[in-house]
Amino acid sequence: MRHILKRREILPDDWYHFGEDAPVDGALIVPLAELRKDPERWRNWSGKLGVRLSVDASYDDLTDALARLSLVAVEFPNAGDGRGYSLGRQLRDAAGFRGELRAVGAGVRQDQVFLMSRCGFDSLELAPGEDLEAARRALHRYDVAYQPGSAATSPVVTIRMQRYFSANTS
Amino acid sequence: MYQYDELDQSFIEQRVAEFRDQTRRHLAGELSEEEFRPLRLRNGLYLQRHAPMLRIAIPYGLLSSRQLTKLADITRHYDRGYGHFTTRQNLQLNWPQLADVPDILADLATVQMHAIQTSGNCIRNVTADHLAGINPEEVDDPRPYCEIIRQWATLHPEFTYLPRKFKIAVTGVKEDRAASQVHDIGLHLQRAANGELGFTVLVGGGLGRAPMIGHVIREFLPVPELLAYLEAILRVYNRHGRRDNIHKARIKVLVKSLGPARFREQVEDEWRAGRDHAPRLLPQQIERVRGCFRPQPYESLVDIDALAGRESAFLAWHRYNTRAHRVPGYRAVFVSLKAHGEVPGDMTAHQMESLATLAERVSFGLIRVTHAQNLLLADVRQSDLYEVWRKLAELGLAMPNIGTLTDMIACPGLDFCSLANAGTLGLARQIQTRFDDLDYLYDLGEIEIKISGCMNGCGHHHVGHIGILGVEKRGEEWYQLTLGGSANGFTALGEVIGPSLPRDEVAGAIERIVETYRAERLESERFIDTLRRVGLKPFRERAYATHPEAA
Repeated sequence: MRHILKRREILPDDWYHFGEDAPVDGALIVPLAELRKDPERWRNWSGKLGVRLSVDASYDDLTDALARLSLVAVEFPNAGDGRGYSLGRQLRDAAGFRGELRAVGAGVRQDQVFLMSRCGFDSLELAPGEDLEAARRALHRYDVAYQPGSAATSPVVTIRMQRYFSANTS
Repeated sequence: MYQYDELDQSFIEQRVAEFRDQTRRHLAGELSEEEFRPLRLRNGLYLQRHAPMLRIAIPYGLLSSRQLTKLADITRHYDRGYGHFTTRQNLQLNWPQLADVPDILADLATVQMHAIQTSGNCIRNVTADHLAGINPEEVDDPRPYCEIIRQWATLHPEFTYLPRKFKIAVTGVKEDRAASQVHDIGLHLQRAANGELGFTVLVGGGLGRAPMIGHVIREFLPVPELLAYLEAILRVYNRHGRRDNIHKARIKVLVKSLGPARFREQVEDEWRAGRDHAPRLLPQQIERVRGCFRPQPYESLVDIDALAGRESAFLAWHRYNTRAHRVPGYRAVFVSLKAHGEVPGDMTAHQMESLATLAERVSFGLIRVTHAQNLLLADVRQSDLYEVWRKLAELGLAMPNIGTLTDMIACPGLDFCSLANAGTLGLARQIQTRFDDLDYLYDLGEIEIKISGCMNGCGHHHVGHIGILGVEKRGEEWYQLTLGGSANGFTALGEVIGPSLPRDEVAGAIERIVETYRAERLESERFIDTLRRVGLKPFRERAYATHPEAA
């Protein structure tokens, strides 16, 4: 069984990818093109449903379907292609997606997972051959960050506001 | 200058630990060179012609004496006892060992320095006017905003893997000494009629293969919106910038293909869409950083005549290598790294240490790096000038040529850089030798020569009054000349004047170009103004007059 990093822990993956042998009521991640090809079929899927986006997709492509989706997976084709980070942010911030946001693909490596988690990805399916335990540790490489973000690392600004400016902040 | 608090300190220490682990994995064979490359680049480490090259960040060019002393130690201990200051106000080491780099970074961290994001496809060192804070005409000191941007850009989770490198410059004066119009983003501090501070935002400038001047996409951006707006620009770029062709991947290509108006629309849409989530600058944040850049504790002095009874060599130095200061009784002093016969921008460990000590004594312990590859002591008492000159002269740092033809900018070129097509350092030396007569140099006045060893344009040749670009032809080094470029205030890109020349003919062609200027100039007219008035034609003709064989 596949294991992933989910909310900073190594857990068995309870999702299936399209093409894998999913049970009829299983949690299934379907590529956007499939979802569009037969919307009726997927609307009636009895299990949980997720979508897989290529990195050049736009979050606008999902507006209608987003409410029905429990998971959105964004493909990182290689470590150098950073489009997925912005797509993650847009899904969380502009589209308001609160479900599981998963990074998938060959670009999901231990040296990138910290950045992904700070862009709102709470689920990391590492590239084949990556050391899950090392990746889990990599999420804790920094305990402060200069930007607000969606993971447990504290933004510097927040700490400074508490520390230096607490007397008269409103 | 900005002082790290424990959060900044713990961040850079964690960064060093991360890179130490990545280097260990690479050396153990767990990370291939291909996998290691983007990681080492984001820590300033290139693999170059002879050895790795480490580019150390000097945020907006500001150094303390303590930091400069540490840099001297590092060049001695890990390198060959010298370093090279660059046009991005950084310092490059040419000979470090890969396995030592984590230790070098750890040493840097002890003096609040790092090499983060000095290379790679990410947001690079933010640069500013080197006269920031002492400039009489300044709207506001740009450095606090540079520091705020530095922190925001440091390991920004969304923008660490951009299509291409990304450079930001901030200026607080009209006379743009930060070359902000040829940056990916240029920010010009402005004060609105109601007194509110903000920025004019330019996007899409750049040098390199397809040089372009930036477009204004917002006339006035209030200061609190700075980071939110930068995020909107970067997000549009990160989503839509080209990744299929490295030569078309800079933001300038995106701005050009969409057109500035449509690009602006997308940025403004993104800015509005991200409003609830984007970082907004709070007055306390701005004040905290501004507090680090308060004016120095100047003595209450009056201007004096520092020249009376002094020898002519001092007078020449005073005229060329010092500048007016906002505060009576003080002057700013350039430390020339352009001694004839030396590599432009190079400095030895001994010079660094001695200058650090001098700065401690005469300029509040601060040293600035200029984008023209010189240093600056910004706050020197006029009564100390003579002593400072003597000391600098003893160190070989008082060449009285700032702003003259031999105050050239040159990238490291083929001698060190693996991208270069041609050497720059030997050529710079040939030009210095040809123009070694100071009276002749002074007669020529203000002329900027900028030399790049390849199309990437690190030597800013496009914006040199005289630009020199190294090209490779049939395995030999040739040089293409451009005329009429400028990066100050009125930014313009130079025009190629003809076929490229072999190395030994370049200095001669330059001599004929400046002789044309001497023949054509009106009284006290600068080179660039004569060029603009009479056009390229006479210069072109004279430059090639004796060289029909040039191909």
